[in-house]
Amino acid sequence: MNKRKLLAGPYLIWAIGFIILPLLMIIYYGLTSPDGGFTLENLSAIGDSIHYKALGQSLLIAFGSTCISLLIAYPLAYILSKNQGSKKDIIIMLFILPMWINFLLRVLALQMILANTGILNGILNFFGLPSQHLLYTRTAILIGMTYDYLPFMILPIYNAMCKIDRDLIHAAADLGAGSKLIFRKIILPLSMPGVISGIIMVFVPSISEFAIADILGGSKILLIGNVIEQEFSLTNNWHLGSGLSIVLMVFIFISMAVMNKNDAEGEGQMIW
Amino acid sequence: MVKRWIEKCYVGLVLFLLYAPIAILIVCSFNASKSRRVWDGFTFQWYIELFQDEAVIGAVRTSLMLTTVAAIVAVLLGTLASIGITVMGQKTKQVFMTVTNVPMLNADVVTGIAIMLLFGRFWNLGYFSMLAAHITLGVPYVILNVMPKLQQTNVSTYEAALDLGASPVYAFFKIVLPDIMPGIFSGFLLAFTISLDDFVITYFTKGAGMNTISTMIYQQVRRGINPKMYALSTILFLLILIVLWIANRISARQVQGTRG
Repeated sequence: MNKRKLLAGPYLIWAIGFIILPLLMIIYYGLTSPDGGFTLENLSAIGDSIHYKALGQSLLIAFGSTCISLLIAYPLAYILSKNQGSKKDIIIMLFILPMWINFLLRVLALQMILANTGILNGILNFFGLPSQHLLYTRTAILIGMTYDYLPFMILPIYNAMCKIDRDLIHAAADLGAGSKLIFRKIILPLSMPGVISGIIMVFVPSISEFAIADILGGSKILLIGNVIEQEFSLTNNWHLGSGLSIVLMVFIFISMAVMNKNDAEGEGQMIW
Repeated sequence: MVKRWIEKCYVGLVLFLLYAPIAILIVCSFNASKSRRVWDGFTFQWYIELFQDEAVIGAVRTSLMLTTVAAIVAVLLGTLASIGITVMGQKTKQVFMTVTNVPMLNADVVTGIAIMLLFGRFWNLGYFSMLAAHITLGVPYVILNVMPKLQQTNVSTYEAALDLGASPVYAFFKIVLPDIMPGIFSGFLLAFTISLDDFVITYFTKGAGMNTISTMIYQQVRRGINPKMYALSTILFLLILIVLWIANRISARQVQGTRG
């Protein structure tokens, strides 16, 4: 028994070296000033108007893209999970496949669609509708993030729905439950774990993403990811960048804790 | 009947939205004009130039090498770790799983910067820092896919093999490994996918003058994308389609990736 535990040894060393140590580095840099003394200034820098506005925008966009992906993905996963035929795997594969095209290129293609003289406006004009100014706005970033992270919402919800025991649904139907009641009492609660992990998988990357904001926001809109990235690539202030990273990390872990609390409550209801 | 029709339309619409940008990329790869706005006739020029461009070929090679090595190491580390973690006590297990969740749940920017700080301070940034970052990113996905399979494995069969005189290593390869193989496979696939598509972590941990496909595209975004990149992505897309089609024919079950 004890020997088998040792198999986790290499990973333990790896995790200390490349997960824990790097985090300590960030904390060290975040809490010191360039001359080496201890300071909280890098953390309180989030109070600067550029920084907290960027964080606010990021939260707003991440929240928006999470909600939209959920609205699109939930019905989709539900429809797909009902189809248990031979083509099932192929259809699921179709939703994963876009992730294998480099996301920067896909976002660039979106840029072509959303541009002022782009494809979307071409179609709108063709039908006599007015052009929309979308590119380099917050809406464009929102569309880009939703597009990029949608598969991460679809898959966990789909997996959770596929795991639901069909006998439960049949039993409920035999006992006289209508399809709405079945949905509310069985499918919705049992798919909740999938929804939770979908929300996490979309929210976390979209709160910190900077490349999408760069391409679709045209450097006009700064998100917290852009601010942090620029501290490292432009101004070379590792201490401030680390400080802001710590703040971002804290925000992510708080939202995670809130999600997990809701999850626990959801499980409580599930027993009922 | 109407309901089924609406459902099909909905699935079709989402697929259409997901694939529209990709279709545009493919069309652009055949466009003779360098501008993305005008269609200037059909050409294979970019495909030909692509294979003559040392920088692009170099980036593709770096990407594939990095991703493959990272995914293989992640599978080895992750599978061994899963076996070890399964037999641990509840508390140690909890600690391990919490640490494992960190790279997965943390923002990519933070993970990238953290590893960059470590290497930038004590060693230097280069191929190894990039590789270490990609392995770190991949291991959690392997563990999360292998652990459930290990827990489903029947311990009695393994113990029976030991009673009948098999060595632990032999019993592992004959009994446990076939059981957890689907988990290892989907873990590998996920680690590979995430590593190949990653931009942020590579961006921070790569050494100067080094490029993967992602970082090369990002560099070009500002000064205008070269259509060779569209040609490259079209080729990659077709390759993936073919691989998937073959994989699907061999085994429809194993391909299904599970994430989250």
